[in-house]
Amino acid sequence: MEALMEILENLHPEIDFNTCETLIDDNLIDSFDIVTIISEINEEYDVVIPAEEIVPDNFNSAKALYALIQRLEDE
Amino acid sequence: MLFTDYSFIGFLAVVFVLYYGLPKKCQWPFLLIASYVFYFIASPSYLIFIAATTVSTYLVSLKLDGLETAQKAYLAEHKGQISREEKKEYKAGIKAKKWKWLLVCLFFNLGILAVLKYTNFTIANINGLLQAFHSDRQLSFLNLVLPMGISFYTFQTMGYIIDVYRGTSKAEKNLFKLALFVSFFPQLVQGPISRFNDLAKSLFEVHYFDPKVVSYGLYRILWGYFKKVVVADRILTAVNAIIQNPDTYQGGFVFVGMMFYAFELYADFTGGIDITIGIAQTMGITVTENFRRPYFSKNIKEYWNRWHITMGTWFTDYIFYPISVCKPMLKFSKFSRNTFGEKIGKRVPVYLSSFVVWFTTGIWHGASWNFIVWGLMNFVVIMISEELEPLYRKFHARFDVKGKAWYGVFEIVRTILLMSAIRMFDCYRDVPLTFRMYGNMFTHFDIRALNAEAFLGLGLSGADYLLLFVCLLIILTVSIVQERKGSVRDIIFTSGAAWKYVVFGVLMLIVIVFGAYGIGYDQSQFIYNQF
Repeated sequence: MEALMEILENLHPEIDFNTCETLIDDNLIDSFDIVTIISEINEEYDVVIPAEEIVPDNFNSAKALYALIQRLEDE
Repeated sequence: MLFTDYSFIGFLAVVFVLYYGLPKKCQWPFLLIASYVFYFIASPSYLIFIAATTVSTYLVSLKLDGLETAQKAYLAEHKGQISREEKKEYKAGIKAKKWKWLLVCLFFNLGILAVLKYTNFTIANINGLLQAFHSDRQLSFLNLVLPMGISFYTFQTMGYIIDVYRGTSKAEKNLFKLALFVSFFPQLVQGPISRFNDLAKSLFEVHYFDPKVVSYGLYRILWGYFKKVVVADRILTAVNAIIQNPDTYQGGFVFVGMMFYAFELYADFTGGIDITIGIAQTMGITVTENFRRPYFSKNIKEYWNRWHITMGTWFTDYIFYPISVCKPMLKFSKFSRNTFGEKIGKRVPVYLSSFVVWFTTGIWHGASWNFIVWGLMNFVVIMISEELEPLYRKFHARFDVKGKAWYGVFEIVRTILLMSAIRMFDCYRDVPLTFRMYGNMFTHFDIRALNAEAFLGLGLSGADYLLLFVCLLIILTVSIVQERKGSVRDIIFTSGAAWKYVVFGVLMLIVIVFGAYGIGYDQSQFIYNQF
């Protein structure tokens, strides 16, 4: 989780990723950010997040994103 | 049969009466018949193409669904008996089969679109090349039909099949229901590009006559006609005069044409979508919104989140993301980070995918270099603003202007000017002429040329200009209210019983009296019908 938080905070230092649960709903991150995050997750966790997983439920919070990474690691 | 034809109003009245008059279980089948009749009236030859797209997508969606069901059954049957690797291998095998079927469907349907829409464009380019190399040989153009709304229904259908492939949408087992989703007549000609999960429920369920819902729909239709026939079709005369006579209308008039076209396109396209959504609403059907007051955007990215929303999200979900996050792109991203460094390297997937998206967006709008360059200009502007982001941050750290009203207005005006300037590629005959007219706007600018006599020479009277100004104020006021307080119809309907009739009556009167129907006016096709 720490590595993920670092990726997110480097991208948007102004957002509190510990508490925010509306990253997509409130347009706090956009499609360019999402691609950058996925690319960095791939590097850090060696996990490929497929396009069909790019839905608000998976990207609205750091917690949801981390749960997605864990699920993909398990598959 | 255009939305602005009297015959369409008659068709709509018959559909409306029968929709609520027939037994409830006949509602959606009747809409399918009405949609095919609408398309048949446009041209009988179009039917074969939309039917081919529907049937091919239906068959492939059943195949995909079958593979998914087989996978679930196999995994349930072998739960605990197969290793994680075996499970992974089995799933990969099914995925590969699904991928092949998806490709078949995409190639077939995008192939129809490509052949009908882009063959003559390709031939024109080949002929241009042959001429450039002094060859006498020229290829003949083909006499191809371009079915109305083909770009819209093909993209809508391909979005559906990709969703079924991904498992985010269930395959529709009833061919006729899928046929209605593909051909639903109000949105067939100019969108919005709906998603199956968004439209299906309200499209197929039973609807009882609800006076409030029907009134809301009628209001929306009337508002759409107001924008189309009072504003767009009126200002079109002046726009055509300017862009079709670039030798006459130069300097300041290039700017005038640019701004008039921005106003015309807004009124034309949003008006058309208002009519579409309003028609659906009168029948209790919810169609996705396609605009959110785009001219209030403070930057180009925001603009594309507010303008033609369903197209933007289509390109993002089905082209931008799949390209950006596919394995080869992630590998290339790693390579570029190692080669060019962290800062540049991590932008590579985003920029490459954006290039593809904007090229495709351009060519989707029309088979011409004008649209391709228009798309790529959007790409260039978005990339430049991305690169300037650190500079903006520094500026805003130094100067506290972000929350100031005047700065907000500045950002809005800047975005309108920028988007209007890029749109000039839609207007002029070809790309070189457009670039020349950009230069001409500044080099031949003469304030004295922008006189009353010259404006009246554009085919509009003083009364027309006054009317357009009043309409602009009305649209602006409604947009501000929508932005700040939400639905204007909610406000009207809760402001006392008489108001809803008064406002409706006044709007109806404006449309009837000031609609551009008179001599000299040619009620034109919606701009987006041709896409």
